[in-house]
Amino acid sequence: MKPIRTTLAALAAAAVMTGFTPGAAEAAKQKVKVVFIGPLTGGTSANGLGGRNSADLAVKLRNADAKAKYEYEMVVLDDECKPAVGVQVATKAASDKAIIVGVTHYCSVVAVSTVDTYNKFELPVVVWGAVLPEITYGHTYKEINRVNGTMINQNATNAKFSTGLGYKKFAVIHDTSDYGKGHNKYFSENLVKNGGQILGTFGVTTDQQDFNAELTKIKALNADALYFGGLTPIGVRIRSQMDKLGIKANFIGTSGIISDAFIEGLGPLAEGILAFREGAPVDKLPGGKFFMEKYTAAKYGEPPDAYGPFAFAAMTLALDTIEKVGPDRKKVRDELRKTKDRDSIIGPITFDDHGQNTYAAISKYVVQDKKWVVWEDSEYASGKRKLAGR
Amino acid sequence: MDAGLLAQFVANGLMLGMMYALVAVGFTLFFGVLDVIKFSHGDVLTVGTFAGFSTFLGLKAIGVANPWVQVAAVMLIACGAMAILGALIARYLVMPLKGAPALNVLLLTLMLGTVLRESVRLFFPDGANPKPFPKLLPTDALALGSFTLRLDSAILFVAGLAVIVAIHLLINRTKLGLAIRAVAQDEETAKTMGINFTLIVLATFALGSGVAAFAGIMNGLYYNEINFGMGLLLGVIGFSAAIIGGLGNIYGAILGGFLFAALQTLSVVALPFASAYKDVFAFAVVIVLMTIWPTGLIAEKTSERV
Repeated sequence: MKPIRTTLAALAAAAVMTGFTPGAAEAAKQKVKVVFIGPLTGGTSANGLGGRNSADLAVKLRNADAKAKYEYEMVVLDDECKPAVGVQVATKAASDKAIIVGVTHYCSVVAVSTVDTYNKFELPVVVWGAVLPEITYGHTYKEINRVNGTMINQNATNAKFSTGLGYKKFAVIHDTSDYGKGHNKYFSENLVKNGGQILGTFGVTTDQQDFNAELTKIKALNADALYFGGLTPIGVRIRSQMDKLGIKANFIGTSGIISDAFIEGLGPLAEGILAFREGAPVDKLPGGKFFMEKYTAAKYGEPPDAYGPFAFAAMTLALDTIEKVGPDRKKVRDELRKTKDRDSIIGPITFDDHGQNTYAAISKYVVQDKKWVVWEDSEYASGKRKLAGR
Repeated sequence: MDAGLLAQFVANGLMLGMMYALVAVGFTLFFGVLDVIKFSHGDVLTVGTFAGFSTFLGLKAIGVANPWVQVAAVMLIACGAMAILGALIARYLVMPLKGAPALNVLLLTLMLGTVLRESVRLFFPDGANPKPFPKLLPTDALALGSFTLRLDSAILFVAGLAVIVAIHLLINRTKLGLAIRAVAQDEETAKTMGINFTLIVLATFALGSGVAAFAGIMNGLYYNEINFGMGLLLGVIGFSAAIIGGLGNIYGAILGGFLFAALQTLSVVALPFASAYKDVFAFAVVIVLMTIWPTGLIAEKTSERV
């Protein structure tokens, strides 16, 4: 009996030593894992990498903060913008019990197919870029939240604004994913409401290279403008092929083309293109300047791109929540849903009963001198320059 | 539909067909000499295009501004570099697997394609984003009603035609061509006749890959946009075109390329609301044609399988 008692005593002593030695406790904060998921390879990887860096920045800033209760480790997974891969990595993340919260998905098709997985494994997530309404409104899961707005709001604004500018007759090209189809649906509905007219609608695949056949048909339709519901890669192709065929109509897009890659891919052809995005413009908010300064200082290899600030805001919100209620999935899930009027670099965040951020101010953008400029600040709004087709 | 619009569709289709045909020729050449399907062909095209793009950036950096010099250098370096890459792939990846089942080569080149594609994405600066390819050819446009003929498109088409004629002459009028045909028909006999088998295989892979690079640059000059995934679908379509024309026959591949482009264009023009299904339509027709002519429209003259 004696040896055992001695061992126990020694163990107890050891526990006391480690537990109460000052300094040791500070040095070893409890480690908490969080996950970031986005498209890190493939055509939309520019957005994914920008989002990853931005989320990473949020984690780094928190770890550098002496007041933080936990030390955070960000697991990064690649959904490749493909639903099947997305479900796989979501399952991987959700089944790792050490992971408390996720900041997930840029691509709508992926985000909408992973909601069941997060619900099943009870992993609370904050979507940072996908805009399909069904991601938050297609179910009643408590785990799914979203900091960015949906495509309904942006298309309503788009239709109203575009018809106001005098664009009445539209040709529509959309990709045939749920994302592109959703954009087409909400834009077309709103356009008709605002007195506009759709002359022709063309669905295209997300990897199509040649659009000459569709565009030749569109040329014959004589539209005022071409609405494009899709993402950057094929947006670039369509715009440059429009030019080849001598189509004078303006190109009006969605939040899916608001990226640095879009302008870089088109050069001068991007000039005067319109697009719409939810949330206030980052550089207009006090936090936006702070974000850009920190981002530049961290020397990431890629720019944050358009949705980086959303990823940063989502991760910051997730970490704040863990700080408040501790690393427990259920508590974090319930606390996240209660988010109300929280300040962030993308504007106030308030989640409704579906976890959707209700702050739905839509910003209008136009490309001016190779930059996405907020419409109100542009020379197009002041009348100094004229849009194509007007 | 007015005549101008019809002419526009025909011009679009021909341009598209030319690119498909040039890719298909590579597939058919490789199959001819080694009986292998080289699935990295489309990605070699991508690498070639990016090599050309880098050449352009380099020339710009050292101050060479003449667009004709630029075009010539871009073509030369892209095609040359890909000819070497093609030969290297043949020598070190395809030929060692000669005795192995054909499936192994297929799998190996499929994986190689992914490696090439992802390497462009990872190692080319900002490689994940689409890049604007420079307009090096004169962009004057001739507008006839609703038909716009651009000079650069016309030049590219003529250049593509010239490449096809050159391949035809090379295969039919030169000693190298004779040797390629001999190897394609019967490897053993060709060897006993004193033909250097390895050299001919390498030359054929170099030729096919060089032509792919040409198609890639043509693609870049035509669309003025390149991206790391551009070779993927071009590869699949080029392969289908080669199959439908009759794998192993160069003229079949060319015919297949134009046929595929015609099907795609036709589906958008003729079928209402079908643009989303144009690939579905084109590939479905290819499937039907393949069941009718299993060896392709123009079958290999001598089949070893009989």
